[in-house]
Amino acid sequence: MGRSVKKGPHIDEKLLRKIQKMELSKEKKIIKTWARSSTIIPEMVGYTFAVHNGIKHIPVYINENMIGHKLGEFAHTRVFRGHSAPTDKSTTLT
Amino acid sequence: MVRLAGVDLAPNKRIDVALTYVYGLGKALSCEVLTKAGIPAGKKVKELGDSEVLALRDVLKDYKVEGDLRREVSLSIKRLIDTGSYRGSRHRKGLPARGQRTRTNARTLRGKRKTVGLGKRKEEEEKKE
Repeated sequence: MGRSVKKGPHIDEKLLRKIQKMELSKEKKIIKTWARSSTIIPEMVGYTFAVHNGIKHIPVYINENMIGHKLGEFAHTRVFRGHSAPTDKSTTLT
Repeated sequence: MVRLAGVDLAPNKRIDVALTYVYGLGKALSCEVLTKAGIPAGKKVKELGDSEVLALRDVLKDYKVEGDLRREVSLSIKRLIDTGSYRGSRHRKGLPARGQRTRTNARTLRGKRKTVGLGKRKEEEEKKE
């Protein structure tokens, strides 16, 4: 189910303000953010965000292919370390 | 034999059904194409006249089918993988990308069942022999 068009995309307001400020001062700093649900808009292209993944901030450089996705999609929250080795109990035939 | 978009149409089938053999055309789109071309859906493919085939070709130009569509799909998957998104990683691993459960089911993507634990044990036994 998509989001209502009337509301427009969800963009974190604080994040938007920070980008506008950076745009004015022409400097590019990494923005730390917890707003994983914020949509990536064209204005964000070229900036690097440090997106929180629950433990630490993952640097995400925004390119134009990412527009329309959410910031959280690029900072993975799970680490898969492989399945556990089979134990004797699980491998014996009954 | 009628050839459309690189696909041979089965001569003994109704044209609305035969069109669904083209990748990218289902029942709904095939009927839409036929009304635009002005061909009754119940007609058999072998009964089609040359002018009707030409009309069909003309209408199909506006639709993305077969190779173009396949390319578009694989390019969008490639884009997801290249941007390092979560959905891309799911595509790479051959697992469902839209949050479905994988403890059970998800067989379409994961393929046929294969037992993990037991298989290794059998190999060891074979080595002993």
